[in-house]
Amino acid sequence: MHILAFLIRRSIQAVIVMFVISLIGFSIQGHLGDPLRELVGQSVSEAERQALREQLGLNDPFFVQYFRFLGNAVQGDLGTSYFFKRPALDVILSKFPATFELVLGSVFIFLSLSIPAGIYCAIHRNSWLTQTIMSVSILGISVPVFLTAILLVWLFGVELRWMPAFGRGEVYVTPWGWDTGFLTWDGLLHLVLPCISLSSIMLPLFIRLIRAEMMEAMGTDYVRFAKAKGLRTPRIRYVHAFRNTLLPVVTVGGLMIGTLIAYTILTETVFQWPGMGFLFLEAVNRVDTPLIIAYIIFVGFIFVVVNTIVDFIYTLINPMVKLPGAKS
Amino acid sequence: MITWRGVLRRFLADPVAIGAGVVLLALVLMAALAPLIAPQNPYDLMQLNIMDSEMPPSWRPGGDDRFLLGTDAQGRGVLSTIMYGTGISLVIGIGAVTVSAVLGITLGLLAGYKGGWIDSFLMRLADIQMSLSTLMIAIIALALFQAAFDANIYAEYAIFMLILIIGIAEWPKFARTVRSSVLGEKGKEYVDAARVIGLPARKVMWGHILPNALTPVLVISTIQVAEAIMTEAALSFLGLGMPTDKPSLGSLIRSGFEFVFSGSTWITFYPALVLIALILALNLLGDWMRDVLNPKLRRGED
Repeated sequence: MHILAFLIRRSIQAVIVMFVISLIGFSIQGHLGDPLRELVGQSVSEAERQALREQLGLNDPFFVQYFRFLGNAVQGDLGTSYFFKRPALDVILSKFPATFELVLGSVFIFLSLSIPAGIYCAIHRNSWLTQTIMSVSILGISVPVFLTAILLVWLFGVELRWMPAFGRGEVYVTPWGWDTGFLTWDGLLHLVLPCISLSSIMLPLFIRLIRAEMMEAMGTDYVRFAKAKGLRTPRIRYVHAFRNTLLPVVTVGGLMIGTLIAYTILTETVFQWPGMGFLFLEAVNRVDTPLIIAYIIFVGFIFVVVNTIVDFIYTLINPMVKLPGAKS
Repeated sequence: MITWRGVLRRFLADPVAIGAGVVLLALVLMAALAPLIAPQNPYDLMQLNIMDSEMPPSWRPGGDDRFLLGTDAQGRGVLSTIMYGTGISLVIGIGAVTVSAVLGITLGLLAGYKGGWIDSFLMRLADIQMSLSTLMIAIIALALFQAAFDANIYAEYAIFMLILIIGIAEWPKFARTVRSSVLGEKGKEYVDAARVIGLPARKVMWGHILPNALTPVLVISTIQVAEAIMTEAALSFLGLGMPTDKPSLGSLIRSGFEFVFSGSTWITFYPALVLIALILALNLLGDWMRDVLNPKLRRGED
């Protein structure tokens, strides 16, 4: 039962954060542009304007308007995009698969590279490969993600012409309306460069983190005890020591969600990737207020959900953390 | 004891630190003296000639001796725009760190010294803000700012908004650092002594605790400047930062990006190189400073 109690407590916190985000989003909406002008243009008389304002409820007190907005938002109605003339949430959801696959691909790349590299650097501290990996990682931290992306586009897309330089290529639309690039060769090729760019900023951070944690774990009493007990080295390294590096990796991973979302905007801009981040910047340039607000609320929602899940995983895998409310 | 002489001696013994210091000094001088040494004033429309646009660097065929690193699409010399742009990037980086240091030190002192609900409220806020990430907060704030005002007003105030927004977004790092130092100092006798003679909390915090909590602030400041410059470059690249007629390094990269596809790579690559050199030098210096000033790593020395 205590897991349930924990989940409920975290959900309440998540709801409060969402409430604040939506309040900010709504209060901005009132100050950006004139919804009437966007709807009917300039040519309508002042009397008709006033009537329309009354009809749309724009003259109501702030909180009345806010709760109407909240009520609609809970039902999935985040307003109508001025540019697309479609519900803002629909527009965003139609771009979600592109961004999701970009993130999934780069998480796959940086996990499958940073774990072996981090462990290697912790075990072979003074080898030339470790020195190289560590110097490259300091350089990697200093190169902004959009420059890595530009460099990759230029080298592999323009000069060598090995890879497509922009867009998603051919996508396969599943019967339930999710368009995926994972199932076509062209789609996969288009994913390579954007995914490498997005993972390039996480990679050095995680290599350094895993290395530091692994080095610390290798010096602990339980590892020495395992050695004294005569366990074989691989078992000590990969089961006993490595398992304890996962905890900080999960924590930092959870903390990086905001950064990762911000970097999808940069990566999508360089590769003209038709995802949510690219859509958001277009919406900013067109002053498409409902779409801007909808993006902020949607991203805030993802952020809150992922953070809650990460917290939950953290309590599950950490033997030292007792779930709040649990009986000892 | 950490003395200036000791720090200087260690600096001169470390080739990486010297290298980073020289690069940083050269870039700062180049930016500060830009109006005197730049071959051209890229803001002066009288000096620009559209016939000069998209020229390659002077050593390549089609280059011109007047433009060592070539020109951009508006006929501005890339070397000159880099000189001025580095200055803008540095001003925003240092300005933003000043804002976040003032804010962070104040709130960190308050949280550490007062404790209680002020502490838990501020630290919870810091947690949420840090996991949202500086870049995300800045993107959203600037997007709203840009949507709310027209382009001319935006261009005029962009530099102040960037300093303010990046500065405000970065306060948690300073606040946490100061708070943890304050918690370490709070129980010491000199603090009790100051309190016993009846000094108000404000004086105890600012006059007595703060001077002893400043070293870690100094250490993170350098790396924070690098991060602020990187954030500003990313924002300008997205078109949310400095306008292209008052370009920082990021906006130079943005305006050159579309020409990468047609082969005019110099418009993007030289500003990019300078940006990387600037950030790398600051990061290396910051790492070095952390090693030198961190008393935990210095046990048994001097």
